[in-house]
Amino acid sequence: MLADKDRIFTNLYGFQDWGLKAAQHRGDWDDTKSLIARGHDNIIEEMKASGLRGRGGAGFPTGLKWSFMPKESKDGRPSFLVINADESEPGSCKDREIIRHDPHKLIEGALVAGYAMRARAAYIYIRGEYIREAETLQAAIDEAYDAGLIGKNASKSGYDFDVFLHRGAGAYICGEETAMIESLEGKKGQPRLKPPFPAGAGLYGCPTTVNNVESIAVVPTILRRGASWFSNFGRENNKGTKLFQISGHVNKPCVVEEALSIPFSELIEKHCGGIRGGKDNLLAVIPGGSSVPLVPAEQIWDAPMDFDGLKELGSGLGTAGVIVMDKSTDIVRAISRISYFYKHESCGQCTPCREGTGWMWRMMERLRTGDAAVDEIDMLQQVTKQVEGHTICALGDAAAWPIQGLIRHFRPELERRIEEHNAKFAEAAE
Amino acid sequence: MADRSPAPDTPELRERWGAFEFTESYRAKADRAIARYPEGRQRSAVMPLLDLAQRQVGEETDTQGWLPLPVIEYVADYLDMPVIRVLEVASFYFMYNMKPVGKYHVQVCGTTPCMLRGSDGLIETCKKRGMSKGHVSEDGLWTLTEVECMGNCATAPMVQINDDNYEDLTPERLDEILDELAAGKQPKTGTQIEGKHTSEPEGGPTTLREMVDANHDYRGEWK
Repeated sequence: MLADKDRIFTNLYGFQDWGLKAAQHRGDWDDTKSLIARGHDNIIEEMKASGLRGRGGAGFPTGLKWSFMPKESKDGRPSFLVINADESEPGSCKDREIIRHDPHKLIEGALVAGYAMRARAAYIYIRGEYIREAETLQAAIDEAYDAGLIGKNASKSGYDFDVFLHRGAGAYICGEETAMIESLEGKKGQPRLKPPFPAGAGLYGCPTTVNNVESIAVVPTILRRGASWFSNFGRENNKGTKLFQISGHVNKPCVVEEALSIPFSELIEKHCGGIRGGKDNLLAVIPGGSSVPLVPAEQIWDAPMDFDGLKELGSGLGTAGVIVMDKSTDIVRAISRISYFYKHESCGQCTPCREGTGWMWRMMERLRTGDAAVDEIDMLQQVTKQVEGHTICALGDAAAWPIQGLIRHFRPELERRIEEHNAKFAEAAE
Repeated sequence: MADRSPAPDTPELRERWGAFEFTESYRAKADRAIARYPEGRQRSAVMPLLDLAQRQVGEETDTQGWLPLPVIEYVADYLDMPVIRVLEVASFYFMYNMKPVGKYHVQVCGTTPCMLRGSDGLIETCKKRGMSKGHVSEDGLWTLTEVECMGNCATAPMVQINDDNYEDLTPERLDEILDELAAGKQPKTGTQIEGKHTSEPEGGPTTLREMVDANHDYRGEWK
């Protein structure tokens, strides 16, 4: 188990004050000037060496992403850092804990990361439903301004850097980076075609990098303790510590920071009090937020919880929002409810997603009651393939994958429901 | 996609809301919001301004607030934007109420992580009290909405009522909370499990135990 001294988010549960003084006592904002004095490229190199992969779901190497930003502005356009705090993926609730209990880690990270990529300001886009969390974060930003830590000559580094908070208003799609930029510009959150990529033309047409809250909040600690400290944890290509969020049918659901690659069994047994009703009562797990396919009990138990380990199982780490389902779960309904979520959250821009998500959900509802023909399972599978990869953003894929996972692992259950339903119907006809 | 359209533009609506403008304190908040964006990009402030407008309407009607068409027009005018651009933002984002809601907007999360922990029972509790989805109750107190994931999955099931979250709920506890609200009291927010602080495992954290009682500085243990 990860030692407490190696946890980055020491006030994760908010037992202590989130305010500046308390945060400084825990080590935040400790000589931030010297971190900045290392220089833009040194910071980026250190981040690359740490092996940090984006914590928002896609797992793209953070340092590499920063290196795409222009080193100088040839036409006078400023660069921006946008921090994705639009945490809306079902199963995910980690950024909320950072924002309301350790907000100064995020703000300090914004300054250091923003400096490294030569950004002029950071916009933190927080989901609208995080109302109290946004109040805390705004108060923390105000504290940081008052103390001279951000703003003009931030932390006496000679670098000017602003941090602004922007509240969303209830649209999952704004977690997609280009939809987030559209939303920041005061429009409907509909994703943009790429290219141009945000690093070339993002917010207000300026070079922009969008990073997840957790990716940014871990930056100061990584720089203070060194890349080799961070890369000590986890398997090759899956380095560092990570906030895991375990929900569903465990005895004690919780959020906890652990080393990447921790086996699923250890995560559950050590921190969550085990599966409700014992290990044998486990049915399936959605290991990375609702967008990734489920993994059946026998495959997940010993699996390492990291990007590559879960990819090998045909799923993914995503945000590490682990949704646990025991044998009492109506698995078809559980996935159908996710299908409804995507139908509700589709932005309506691309036809395959706008029409497909509704189509898939209605189909799933019929499969739930068994009111279907067996070959319609194949038809549904085919439709998911027609949505997947045929939309501007990944919401179409995210809607397709959970259904594909269900069909892959629970086809006999789907067929059983259809047979049962048809048998009842035949009886009634006699 | 969610199907959302503005409330009908009637003479009564114009009569009631045609003269809407921000009060002094809301105007100050609006101007602060606009100042967060670069010069010439004041349109970026449309979301905070719609939120402020909804809140002011809420104060004036003793509800959570909503966005009548004349109010949307006022925001458009304030930001020098075409009305349709503001209307499409208002109808796109789910937190903007396109029709009147009750004093308390009871938003039960029904997405899978909450569903697995018993959100069905919470919706049942609300319905037993006479609420129905998308309608204002007869006494004007309640509007029930089943919402999508609110990001409180480790403390599921949860309900957001106006600005506060109530987590780790049981149907019985939700019933009590609604009673307290109806009686004009402020119930305890956050987790409803006795002795639990936030999202740590029930019964006490398995990690960072020093942090429970003191603001521990771990740097001395770094090597």
